[in-house]
Amino acid sequence: MANTILDSKTYDEVKDLVKEPGKRNFNINFGPQHPAAHGVLRLVLELDGEIVERVDPHIGLLHRGTEKLIEYKTYYQAIPYFDRLDYVAPMNQEHAFCLAIEKLAGIEVPRRAQFIRVLFSEIGRILNHLLNVTTQAMDVGALTPPLWGFESREQLMVFYERACGARMHANYFRPGGVHQDLPEKLIQDIYDWCDPFLTVCDEIEGLITDNRIFKQRNVDIGVVDKKTILDWGFSGVMVRGSGIAWDLRKSQPYEIYDELDFDIPIGKNGDCYDRYLCRMDEMRESVKIIKQCIKMMPAGPVLPENSKFAPPRRNEMKATMEGLIHHFKLYTEGFKVPAGEAYACVEAPKGEFGVYLVSDGTNKPYKAKIRAPGYPHLAALEHLSKGHLLADVSAIIGTLDIVFGEIDR
Amino acid sequence: MKQEILDKQNAKLAEVASRLGKVSGVTGSHTLNDELNIIVQSAEIISVLKNLQTIEGFSTLIDITAVDYPENVQRFEIVYHLLSMNNNIRVRVKTAIKDGQSIQSAVEIWPVANWFEREVFDMYGVLFENHPDLRRILTDYGFEGHPLRKDFPLTGYQEVRYDEEQKRVVYEPVKLVQEFRNFDFLSPWENMLPGDEKAQKQEGAK
Repeated sequence: MANTILDSKTYDEVKDLVKEPGKRNFNINFGPQHPAAHGVLRLVLELDGEIVERVDPHIGLLHRGTEKLIEYKTYYQAIPYFDRLDYVAPMNQEHAFCLAIEKLAGIEVPRRAQFIRVLFSEIGRILNHLLNVTTQAMDVGALTPPLWGFESREQLMVFYERACGARMHANYFRPGGVHQDLPEKLIQDIYDWCDPFLTVCDEIEGLITDNRIFKQRNVDIGVVDKKTILDWGFSGVMVRGSGIAWDLRKSQPYEIYDELDFDIPIGKNGDCYDRYLCRMDEMRESVKIIKQCIKMMPAGPVLPENSKFAPPRRNEMKATMEGLIHHFKLYTEGFKVPAGEAYACVEAPKGEFGVYLVSDGTNKPYKAKIRAPGYPHLAALEHLSKGHLLADVSAIIGTLDIVFGEIDR
Repeated sequence: MKQEILDKQNAKLAEVASRLGKVSGVTGSHTLNDELNIIVQSAEIISVLKNLQTIEGFSTLIDITAVDYPENVQRFEIVYHLLSMNNNIRVRVKTAIKDGQSIQSAVEIWPVANWFEREVFDMYGVLFENHPDLRRILTDYGFEGHPLRKDFPLTGYQEVRYDEEQKRVVYEPVKLVQEFRNFDFLSPWENMLPGDEKAQKQEGAK
């Protein structure tokens, strides 16, 4: 990129300089079955030589009509759909939905449940960043990082499984708390996992941070400036990579994030390389949060007690008639949420994940709109990759952090 | 600290609401669950959004969506979520339009509105004027209908399968082994039985 012609002139001016008469641009299809497309992305690219002129992403190949389905399900039945949105970090999505219900119905979350939720949200963040950082490295030519990173992901998924019984589609968060308390041994094991993981981070960084090929492919590629961020509705690492310290965990704290001590890593240049560095540092910060959560976690219930929004405890259900009726009604009819509307959002690993919920006072949402962070990021792909080489497109898609479960919904 | 931030946000939102009351096109505003809702006439939506962006500092468009109320004359409610990173506040702008009526596109203010509006068009069939590229975005190529409208059935009209003989994917009308059952859990007796008014009174007293 040390090309002085490119530095002093705009892309269109340079294009005019090298224009050859009688030549026309080349259209190619990228995806939907391409490993660097991170799922089922179909790009229609117009190329001038190897330079990208126009990008038209065709999305929706994984569209399952989640929002329509949620309108026909009770609030409890709708939670599992959120695992299937961003399936790389499932619990973070459930979190937003539960927060929206809690806002509408005014449910108080017990303190222990708040810690457990934050604990698993941060595990989700590490799950996501491990996948993103390492596969992005694979997109630009490195094969070893994914093999190393996926080992740690596997261990984290085992923690998921021990908490809720499923490796990925957790269905663990509930309006008002979490479904089950964590076993003591699991909490200890998560704590013991933390320090060795920092070494894994160092090893992965040792492989790629100073790697010449990795830097050539990422430094100064896909630079995001402040105007781009505002015009295209960016959030999460896409904002922080450009040096703007915007993180919902700090600026609009939910749960117990305001009591925890952690930093927000920010980049400087806003290119693919800075976003990679941000993600690596965020994993370290997440480990810090996980450790604090475990140290500070109080004893107590994980669901509100004597509440119509939470199932009765098992012994109560077995022993009392009221408990049995409550249990039956909750799992068949569900609970009714007061009419109104609410928007709740969390800092998901990919950015701001929000749920806009409209309730008409019945046991089903009247409307649920899912605001996925990847959607506006992908919308900006043409803006970001215009004038780059074809090979840079896959590097940019990698750091946009795209998962089609949430974009296509 | 959480409460401090919330109080600051609420104070700022109250200021925004009082200033917006004088802007033409704004017909009302109310606060619900600590969120500010602004109701706008559909013809003035662009000028109000521009005002919010330049004067009030809501620089980020978070989302555009619609809500379908088939029983209303103004059937579709178009909802804009805005965020101000500088002031750390959010606002929701709402406007309502009739079926078949179009609304001005916000692409000139925020380019990202392009995809959000394409999605609203795809899901609800709302037309946006001056939109550069109003195509379907999430549904299949050649899809008919607008799935998130309340009168669109959950099971849809068409299903696809791979046909071994023709060696291609074929589209067929949906055939269900069991009819889709949508239970109505609303009790017709609620608040009608003798004694219910006492329970309501008690709740009111709380």
